[in-house]
Amino acid sequence: MFSGAALGAGALIVAVLFAVALFLVVQALPTFSANPADITGGRGFFDYIFPIVVGTLIAATIALLIATPIGVAVALFTSHYAPRRLARGLGYVVDLLAAIPSVVYGAWGASYLASQLKVPYAWLAENFGWIPLFAGPASGTGKTILTAGIVLAVMVLPIIASLTREIFLQAPMLHQEAALALGATRWEMIRMAVLPFARGGIISAVMLGLGRALGETMAVALVLSSGPLIASLIRSGNQTIAAEIALDFPEAFGLRMHELIAAGLVLFLITLVVNMVARWIINRHKEFSGAN
Amino acid sequence: MATLMTERKRSALTRGRLPKYTPYVIAASSVVVAAALMALIGFHVFGWAVLSAVLFATANVVSSALVEGRRKATDKLATSLVVGAFLVALLPLVSVIWTVWVNGVPGLLTPGFLSTSMNGVTGAVDNASVKDGTPVLGGVYHALVGSILITLWATLISVPVGLLTAIYLVEYSAGNRFSKVITFLVDVMTGIPSIVAGLFAAAFFAMILGPGTKTGFVAAVALSVLMIPVVVRSSEEMLKIVPNELREAAYALGVRKWRTILKVVIPTAISGIASGVTLAIARVIGETAPLLVTAGFATTINMNVFAGWMSSLPTFIYTQIMTPTSPSNADPSTQRAWAAALLLIILVMLLNLGARLVARLFAPKTGR
Amino acid sequence: MGRMAAVLTVGALAVTACGTDNVVSPGSGGTTTSGTGATGILTGTGASSISAAMDAWKAGFESANPGAKIQYSPEGSGAGRKGLIAGAVQFAGSDAFLKDAELTAAQAKCGPAGAINIPWYISPIAVAFNVEGVKDLKLDAGTVAKIFRGDIKNWNDPAIKAANPDAALPDLAITPVHRSDNSGTTENFTDYLAAAATSVWTDEKSGDWPASLPGENAKGTSGVVKTVTETAGAITYADDSAVTGSLGKVELKVGDSYVPVTAEAAAKAVDAATVVAGRSANDLSLKLDRTTTVAGAYPAVLVSYGVFCASYPDAATASLVKSFGAFVLSDEGQKQAAEAAKSAPLSTELAGKAKAAIDSISSGSK
Repeated sequence: MFSGAALGAGALIVAVLFAVALFLVVQALPTFSANPADITGGRGFFDYIFPIVVGTLIAATIALLIATPIGVAVALFTSHYAPRRLARGLGYVVDLLAAIPSVVYGAWGASYLASQLKVPYAWLAENFGWIPLFAGPASGTGKTILTAGIVLAVMVLPIIASLTREIFLQAPMLHQEAALALGATRWEMIRMAVLPFARGGIISAVMLGLGRALGETMAVALVLSSGPLIASLIRSGNQTIAAEIALDFPEAFGLRMHELIAAGLVLFLITLVVNMVARWIINRHKEFSGAN
Repeated sequence: MATLMTERKRSALTRGRLPKYTPYVIAASSVVVAAALMALIGFHVFGWAVLSAVLFATANVVSSALVEGRRKATDKLATSLVVGAFLVALLPLVSVIWTVWVNGVPGLLTPGFLSTSMNGVTGAVDNASVKDGTPVLGGVYHALVGSILITLWATLISVPVGLLTAIYLVEYSAGNRFSKVITFLVDVMTGIPSIVAGLFAAAFFAMILGPGTKTGFVAAVALSVLMIPVVVRSSEEMLKIVPNELREAAYALGVRKWRTILKVVIPTAISGIASGVTLAIARVIGETAPLLVTAGFATTINMNVFAGWMSSLPTFIYTQIMTPTSPSNADPSTQRAWAAALLLIILVMLLNLGARLVARLFAPKTGR
Repeated sequence: MGRMAAVLTVGALAVTACGTDNVVSPGSGGTTTSGTGATGILTGTGASSISAAMDAWKAGFESANPGAKIQYSPEGSGAGRKGLIAGAVQFAGSDAFLKDAELTAAQAKCGPAGAINIPWYISPIAVAFNVEGVKDLKLDAGTVAKIFRGDIKNWNDPAIKAANPDAALPDLAITPVHRSDNSGTTENFTDYLAAAATSVWTDEKSGDWPASLPGENAKGTSGVVKTVTETAGAITYADDSAVTGSLGKVELKVGDSYVPVTAEAAAKAVDAATVVAGRSANDLSLKLDRTTTVAGAYPAVLVSYGVFCASYPDAATASLVKSFGAFVLSDEGQKQAAEAAKSAPLSTELAGKAKAAIDSISSGSK
């Protein structure tokens, strides 16, 4: 009975996802049969989608590069470093931050963060302009892909921190105490008894964070001054798939709408590939999981 | 140096340790040195704090490496990095919360904000209140009710489905092919752009109930599509780390599998599951785009999720910011938007509190 | 989990215990029109540009007809047109009139006469800039186009100086700011530039800003206005009602004189427009003459349409649509929109034609 309900729930997910996928594919199909000249940009779907796929990956990469180490460190701080009383409150605050609506992060990024970053960007362009990533002239408004990446990092940080903290707290106490009793320092104990145990969980948390970073629409739409694909992170330019959908979908009609849904399908596939890689990594370390 | 180290190693038990007051001395001196350095290149409070922290960490690690050895130094370095990362993380987060707090409080304290809707509030009303300096009329009640009801229904759909799926994956499937398919599909689901989930739900209900069906329940279904994968993934992770010893102990006592799951496995993982559910709620409660296409946009109170359009806090915030009620006097709308954002955060805070309370009621006593 | 659900339910019930829709005390709204006694719920979707005006119409219409309820979701013009064609809504708000193919598609749900486009909201598009000490500039379409294309890069450019000998133009780089989202404002503005500055503006009119052009962008009218307010030397185009305070506005060259942006000038430009030929007699799709030389007309203007079915299956819906349409196009309705959204009221002549078109809406199954 109980196992039947559990199986049923799993089957329901399969059905829902099948329906969503069907809906997406059917809606996206006209894009692929359309005359390439009719697609936005006039050179076919691939030429249209390629720059925004790269833009999406750039923004998500920046976000994860910043958020993963800091998120794991914050989780470690709340689970193993901070005094117990303080830790509980901090964990609470971190959970709350995950709840701030993305439009608020967007408004904060566009009105506050972007203007704060103008000066550092100008400095970067001046001193490191020879690196293509920091090629000048820096944006006059600070609304660049790097700013968008930072805002995304701030958004996914609570997700990563909150989930990894729970994993760290579940690490077996006995192993930790044994490590300490053998004379390990705190860091050695964490490295030997906590991190290996939590590896799968950390990757899972990062993937959830990545899911949000890839699919985030409103914050990017508000923060990024979009444009064609460029290498420089500190000039206005680049665009992400989700933001493109959010910006153009309301006024889209006919083929343009199918195009945007096809773009959504591509986003879907990207997340899929990333997740498959993550699963593969987790499965390689399965021996640390409790219920196998 | 090399001889010094070998000498230390020989007397392992009595080897050098830094006196207890060392960190304080280093802290004081790095603050002073940082101030001196800043004075040379132009003083700036923020830069001073950063420089002091960096100096402190470096001096601490180096002194430890010299006196206490490599292992202790590594430990200190890790501690510095963890604490440093935490402080760095706090900066933007505090900044966001502060922005919402400062901008949101005036609106939230306006009389009637929590108990009235936006019915009949037009640009002319806003223009008048700006011109005469009277309090801003119009409130968020309809959106608050809508948000609570829609999220409640989404939770009622997602948590059972998500949790049961996670239980199936961890406890029953034994890694069979179907479970691999589910895991794979759940991963796919995390990648659904939120607007697609909204369009899917709208299309689905249009097919069943006729075109243009927009109700709170349609929105709840759309949000569930976004919420289920988060619930499954976080619960799965939490169930997995419940030690097998517990399950085996229960089986050894002759407890049935389903009772073991309900009475042993879930209570052990409940704190993590509750945290995951809160995160899932947090993930969807701020969604704007899927709500607009599924629940419509109302300015009046609607308590029925099965009929009529419904407002919600995110759509309220979004429309108030992007299309102010009075384009030429956007301040009242901005004030309402920030107040609604603050209210949304408070709402999630209360939900979080509730979830933790539940978790504590169920959770067994643990080492922590 | 059951207990958690219980906690949530109790919380939800506690909150739903109080609250009211009576925000504005009756009588303070200034509505004096007597209602037509219409009842029922009318649903529409469409452009967000008219949402402020729609709020006012909704409030005015509902207070005059207590039995009626209007709901409008500002999802965008495209969504509105799709909704009307699919029969999901009874009317759509759109920044562009339906194309011929869409009119044909609408016949499935709206009967053989299809849908009709009726102009109900006029809004001038201001060219706003942030240059300290300069409040107005006289520019012709060619110069404006060159600025937005990045051909004119500095505020002290001779081309700007020549038309404004008295203005204290600084040596400051120009940052053109445009909309990042697809919008009716962009479509109308690029239409103006393409028609009035043919030699400079070589792109076609489009709701999307040409991606090849340099410049910064921001989302929504409020986004571009905010960006320009915060950036010295920036210039943008935006709905006039949202441009306030410190920003200067451009006077556009029409014929031989320069016309500042006002509601009257916008209405005048719309009056100079011609009705698109080859459509049903009651369709008021307007072809704006962007190169008009009518004195005092401001050609950079956005006309938003109410899109209705020419006939509705049941009489109740038809009469509700008619009475709502009549209210919106009445002097009172246009005045309320002007007060709330600072839009330009339709001229008496155009409003008369529009009212006649609304009256032609019929009921009956096909």
